[in-house]
Amino acid sequence: MRGITKTFGPIVANHKVDLEIRRGEILSLLGENGSGKTTLMNMLSGIYFPDEGEILVGGQSVAIRSPKDAFDLKIGMIHQHFKLVDVLTAAENIVLGLREPGGLNLKAAAARIREICGRYGFQVDPEQKVYDMSVSQKQTVEIVKVLYRGADILILDEPTAVLTPQETEKLFDVLRNMKADGKAVVIITHKLHEVMEISDRVAVLRKGEYIGDVATSETSPQALTDMMVGRAVSLNIERPLVETRNLRLEVKDLSVRTAEGVLALDNVTFQAYGGEILGVAGISGSGQKELLEAIAGLQSALPGAHIIYHPPAPDEPVAGRHVPVDRAGEELVGKDPLQIRRIGVSMAFVPEDRLGMGLVGSMGMPDNMMLKSYRAGHGPLADRRPSRALAQKVKEELEVVTPSLSTPVRRLSGGNVQKVLVGRELASSPTLLMTAYAVRGLDINTSYTIYRLLNEQKKQGAAVIFVGEDLDVLLELCDRILVLCAGHVNGVVDARTATKEEVGLLMTRLKKEGEQA
Amino acid sequence: MSVHVSHKEPLLRIAKRASIPAWKAWLIRILSVVLALLLSGAFIYAITGLNPVEVYKAMAQGAFGSERRSWVTIRDAMMLLCIGIGLAPAFKMRFWNIGAEGQILVGGCATAGFMIYFGGKLPTPVLLLLMAAVSLIAGAVWGIVPAIFKARWGTNETLFTLMMNYVAIQITSYCVALWENPVGSNTVGVINQKTKAGWFPELFGQDYGLNVLIVAVLTVGMFLYLRYTKQGYEIAVVGESENTARYAGIKLSKVFIRTMAISGAICGLAGFIAVAGASHTISTSTAGGRGFTAIIVAWLAKFNTFVMVLISFLLVFLQKGAVQIATQFKLNDFASEVITGIILFCIIGSEFFIQYRLIFRGRKEAGKA
Repeated sequence: MRGITKTFGPIVANHKVDLEIRRGEILSLLGENGSGKTTLMNMLSGIYFPDEGEILVGGQSVAIRSPKDAFDLKIGMIHQHFKLVDVLTAAENIVLGLREPGGLNLKAAAARIREICGRYGFQVDPEQKVYDMSVSQKQTVEIVKVLYRGADILILDEPTAVLTPQETEKLFDVLRNMKADGKAVVIITHKLHEVMEISDRVAVLRKGEYIGDVATSETSPQALTDMMVGRAVSLNIERPLVETRNLRLEVKDLSVRTAEGVLALDNVTFQAYGGEILGVAGISGSGQKELLEAIAGLQSALPGAHIIYHPPAPDEPVAGRHVPVDRAGEELVGKDPLQIRRIGVSMAFVPEDRLGMGLVGSMGMPDNMMLKSYRAGHGPLADRRPSRALAQKVKEELEVVTPSLSTPVRRLSGGNVQKVLVGRELASSPTLLMTAYAVRGLDINTSYTIYRLLNEQKKQGAAVIFVGEDLDVLLELCDRILVLCAGHVNGVVDARTATKEEVGLLMTRLKKEGEQA
Repeated sequence: MSVHVSHKEPLLRIAKRASIPAWKAWLIRILSVVLALLLSGAFIYAITGLNPVEVYKAMAQGAFGSERRSWVTIRDAMMLLCIGIGLAPAFKMRFWNIGAEGQILVGGCATAGFMIYFGGKLPTPVLLLLMAAVSLIAGAVWGIVPAIFKARWGTNETLFTLMMNYVAIQITSYCVALWENPVGSNTVGVINQKTKAGWFPELFGQDYGLNVLIVAVLTVGMFLYLRYTKQGYEIAVVGESENTARYAGIKLSKVFIRTMAISGAICGLAGFIAVAGASHTISTSTAGGRGFTAIIVAWLAKFNTFVMVLISFLLVFLQKGAVQIATQFKLNDFASEVITGIILFCIIGSEFFIQYRLIFRGRKEAGKA
């Protein structure tokens, strides 16, 4: 299949892109946010239809108008967000929507699933319900689903974003088996070391245009980044050492039960210091969300927990950011976000769910800037002048790409949404800054901007808690890393000396007490 | 699975518009009304063989044929608009207040009660202020109850507000029986017919001048409230995402209760206007389904109270015109409802073409509407 040229949409997402996908090869598709990778692949899988150009499969021009057309052409896509029915088993999910002659035969389906698994080295129990599965198992089901439908061309959209290093390795083994079987694999990813490890060829998109493709063996991460960004970029993450570190936050015996009754955090105890970035590592869903929300006053803690905030001493550089109080520490448990702010705690929180929690999607930048400060001033009217000025400042300093300030933030691309959110939170001059997956889905350039901003906060003496998923980044950026596993603190390691394997093991293995319980 | 795919582009594709100039959006809306008139014209002709132009003329006659008719149209549009304004903050908060009917009725009952017991005992201006106040309070109470239950126990506000309507209808029936006049008529009759105590006085030489004034003040006031105040901002945030509101430190229960108090109070005031400013009586049909129709007004206008003025007038015009053609051409009511349906369908449908555009096969990115 070769020779695709297309432009798309009112905004040009892909401009005259030619892309070749070859059988028996793993192709990495690289590009910054909004460079049109996903759009391009969505056209292959029948979700969008190209406005210009043509798609050739096996030398023949085809029109892919729906996902069904794509399946008929043996093209399958595994999306970033899984599309599985929780209450059904793996086998039921896999045959869902298929119209096979002779009605539904789950036994035969299960046998075929086992056969596919055997061939490529998957581990799937066809009888297992999806809600019992880990993220990596769900992903496996998605891949098997596509193979079951006979796909020869597989497209994976950021498959490793949710996996641990060990799980990633397993996935890569499977992909290599597929390659050996003659299938064509396209993988979209932001992680350069993975690109180097798994792919045979790399194609680069920049701002919707096709830049070129290179054989992986003939390139380097640095060269690829330069291609992607269009200029030379430094790939080293800075890690300045701040001499004076003062205790800022003490968490003691924090347990949290979710609304569903699941114990999400179990006796978590740790300290965070000003002038330090504390990383939080863990498989997704290990309690990271609950931890940050409990500190921010959005989750109620079980009795016996303490979250003590220590205001900066008068001689600290961040002292001016905090209303001076005589008390040595402030208990945050039992307070809501407004009460926490009222006692003078200057806390910034960049939540994981950017549009669902951190921002109001239907509002423009200025109205989002005043989300936490709209109460300022007397009288019933909201003063929009400061927020408009702040929106302008954030737009210029963080290079937010938006048609106009009043454009609803929902319409912006993921990276720009994050810049708006981070910009607002940093503008509040925090003494404690918490970020959840701050660079998820962001391109290299934007990610480095975020790292730089976090380091600036750290140098100014703020305590930074950085919940991340990419271990390479955690190990390079943070001072210490706290590892969560199923709600337990499995250890706190020094990020300057720890290895990736060490952290990876801590992420998956429960402590002794946990095993007995 | 054999490769069996046609090589043609799909006939029709739909793409979301990035943006659309305001004049174009309005052009589409006006075209939709024209299309609606043509469609209903065809419908009228097909069914009755009447000249559609004559029928439209009759509709205009029905709504604006005489000064009296014009004022009745204005009065009814004001009533609908008032309820729509009351519903706007609730729906903007995504609180499904289906209970405007009940809020109007309790407001109306409170008004009628004061009119009957204090008519002639208090000077009319004082009585009017008193009636306005009690109708506001009664409506607010009717709005607050479901809000408290939602804030405290997470009950579903749609069912709750709906059921509050039935309670209000029963209370109204009770009041009608209590205040029956003359005895045995099973109606309250016109209250204070001779003294006109507690009736809206003439304003600018018009019976319904005060109705217009009150609703005009509400229109401007609600517009400013939603757009420029801190509370209006909170309503918008809560409506968009409750999680974001909590994150911002907004107390959800407080906003729910406060907003529903305002929403219910304005609907209660609509009951006051209906009783003291229009019918001068109370019955279970005082609200007459307008509490539901006003939901369309609020949503179609996207909670912009000035756009609501237009939509209220359009709906009342259609209704008046429908009644007129039903009597004049001996078409029954259902025929006129079909016409109303066609017109509303086209107007609501036009929003689709404002949001999206169609691309036909073979046409390149012309991007034309």
